[in-house]
Amino acid sequence: MRTREKARLNRKRKVPKKMSNVSTTEKYSHLQKEATEKISELENKTVIQVGAATCGIAAGAFDVKQSFEDKIKEKDIDATIMEVGCMGHCYAEPLAIIYKPGYAPFGYGNLDKDLVERLVEDFLVNDDPCYEYMMVALEPNDVFPTFEDFPRGVYEQKIILEQCGFIDPTSIEQYIARGGYSALATALEQNPENILETIKEANLRGRGGAGFPAGIKWESTQKAQSEEKYVICNGDEGDPGAFMDRGLLESNPHLVIEGMAIAAYTTGANKGYFYIRAEYPHAVKQVNEALRQAREKGLLGESILDSSFSLEIEIFQGSGAFVCGESSALVQSMEGETGMPQSRPPRLATSGFRGKPTLLNNVKTFAFVPHIINRGIEWFLETGNQDSPGTAVFSLVGKINNTGLVEVPMGTTLRELIFDVGEGIPLEKEFKAAQIGGPSGGCLPESALDIPIDFDSLTEAGAIMGSGGLVVLNEDDCMVSVARYFLEFTQQESCGKCTFCRLGTKHMLDILTRITKGEGKEEDLQTLKELGEDVKAGSLCNLGGTAPNPVLTTLKYFWDEYEAHIKEKRCPSLMCKDLIAFYIEPSKCSKLCNVCVGTCPTEAVYTREDGLKAIDQDKCVKCDNCRKTCPPDYDAVVKLSPVELLTEKEG
Amino acid sequence: MELTQEEKNTIVEEVSNILESYNQDRENLVPILQNVQEKVGFIAGVAMEKIAEHLDIPAVDVYGLATFYNQFRLNPPGENEIKVCMGTACYMVGGEVTMESFERRLDINEGETTSDRKFSLDRVACVGCCTMAPVIVRNDEVEGYVTPTRVDGILNELSPGSGDNNYENSGESQVEQEKEGAQKNE
Repeated sequence: MRTREKARLNRKRKVPKKMSNVSTTEKYSHLQKEATEKISELENKTVIQVGAATCGIAAGAFDVKQSFEDKIKEKDIDATIMEVGCMGHCYAEPLAIIYKPGYAPFGYGNLDKDLVERLVEDFLVNDDPCYEYMMVALEPNDVFPTFEDFPRGVYEQKIILEQCGFIDPTSIEQYIARGGYSALATALEQNPENILETIKEANLRGRGGAGFPAGIKWESTQKAQSEEKYVICNGDEGDPGAFMDRGLLESNPHLVIEGMAIAAYTTGANKGYFYIRAEYPHAVKQVNEALRQAREKGLLGESILDSSFSLEIEIFQGSGAFVCGESSALVQSMEGETGMPQSRPPRLATSGFRGKPTLLNNVKTFAFVPHIINRGIEWFLETGNQDSPGTAVFSLVGKINNTGLVEVPMGTTLRELIFDVGEGIPLEKEFKAAQIGGPSGGCLPESALDIPIDFDSLTEAGAIMGSGGLVVLNEDDCMVSVARYFLEFTQQESCGKCTFCRLGTKHMLDILTRITKGEGKEEDLQTLKELGEDVKAGSLCNLGGTAPNPVLTTLKYFWDEYEAHIKEKRCPSLMCKDLIAFYIEPSKCSKLCNVCVGTCPTEAVYTREDGLKAIDQDKCVKCDNCRKTCPPDYDAVVKLSPVELLTEKEG
Repeated sequence: MELTQEEKNTIVEEVSNILESYNQDRENLVPILQNVQEKVGFIAGVAMEKIAEHLDIPAVDVYGLATFYNQFRLNPPGENEIKVCMGTACYMVGGEVTMESFERRLDINEGETTSDRKFSLDRVACVGCCTMAPVIVRNDEVEGYVTPTRVDGILNELSPGSGDNNYENSGESQVEQEKEGAQKNE
């Protein structure tokens, strides 16, 4: 009976008009078959994938792509060159993966024109895969390690980043052929209530930073009575030092669209918005293209996959205000107002965009949804720890060897993340602190590295999970200066609504500025602490509620650095400009070299009568040029702090 | 920096063209401003008045929005736009020093344009290329690992001669400078 039924439906499929009888999953399998056929054209062909997300482009991906094209044309090779997104190994950009029939796919990093030409000649023409330049093999083989064999491979567990960097984000077929949009098809055949139960039971927590259970938001939006409802994807990644959402939107936009569509179906919304920062033009471009293709395939628009569900999604470009990451401020800005947070209740779920029930989730939260639908609750709960299931995505930056995007199960410790996944601190420097959670987060010292990464543990330590920015600081970074930097940021970004946030942060900033200039007073530290607590308590939204975190955590863990600035007028990390002086050690300086004189932008470095170099302190702007350019053999330029040391040295 | 009447007229004309495709809905305000900035390069006072008139809202509301959001600039950009990233990662490895070098070379402060409108200098919060810090964006092209020594090179590439000396003195000939240098070395 069933086969006959299928045969009947198959016959019907050829007649487009009657397609509405076909179930969504069948309609989907038809789409997938088409996509697979299209993809199979690339099988047994040489394919070169160049990583071209913003970071890759900045590193020169387009030049690399051009070099490949030129050389391939010259050698008359039949190969397809494809732009893919970011696979998270930013330290090796620009990089490319070469699929050549008969070989495992191989990845090559730090490419330039010469290397590209060599690869085409030796590998594509002559079958020598150039192991000496190879970075990784993508399939297990006998000759070369894969990503799983990398130190970080042991810890990494890629769920939402799995396909990033390996598929062409501008080709919906590549996404569908790998099972993309199947979760949407499955969802459309279920009750919205069932899907809500799944999300709730999987305990998916919002990846925007606070970790609010997505299920609760979904439920209240679903229950809200209204003809019109909205789903908004928050891609207003305002944290300086974080680029997870950008990476995901640029590398696999369809995953987020699929998650949004499922959320819209569950909550009963028919209109969705991507809120993406205008500073991310490449992400806007990729998402726009993805939306267009999804519409074309009938995965967006009227009666999606021939079901009764319709959804239209548009992009709204955020104009760059950190506070707009806060949900009510974000909605305000979409309505053409200044982005000021509103007091709650009413929550967005009952009265959001245009006063209608609105569901707002982070990019990564939506990206988890299709995976949960496809692989089930049990699978999701197995990853991570009990209260924070799933994985966390981090952008590892700062003084760390392996910069890039990583995805690790919740519960991994910071130590593992920094020293194993990130492979530690470069140049044999000493680790000092991990700044986690951006301007709202805190700086955690060595002693706090063994806490597991999850929403609750980090909050307890005084930092926050945040959206996943992790900046590693080493011995050269001054903690007072770091705290001042973050406070300056939040102070500027404060919308000005609450007095404590507006004036309290300003006052704290003034104090910190004074300290970094060596004009701090001993009672300042106590004032900072008190003000910090007051700003936290007296602010409506989380911008003010978390703004003092960097100051409070550095006060807690690095008290001695503050004291050195105040009591000794000394910056232990030799970073605060007003507390340091540059000095050329006569015993190390070579008379034969003129590099420092040449690079000094203000002619502060001069040649003494005896031929040695010296610095005119009045002219010196402390740009560090001379110290950087002084050849390592001499290493004659040093920084001194406090400045009084200079008189000692110069006698 | 004063705009000439001619410039004002062009701006008003351009803005009117843009406004044609938007209805009176206040929700359009941010997209309109973005569009104006893209086409005109900045949000001039006359543009704000025109937009306010179209949306039937007080001009101060438009001004409020244009100054609230970081994306909008109120003065004309230079022929070459330089944006220095001040994200955490960039700051920690010397973004501020890079910014100062540009300020010194161009003899302007951040947020300003040189008097010949060749260069404008801005700070951006984060361009998301933290792994290549310190980063600058020159005419929409991201460049990583920019140290103060690279600053002169960048200026020279964008406008030959600009990076040779302090911007205001860039008329001084290279030969003279070399002579001076030689004398000093003697």
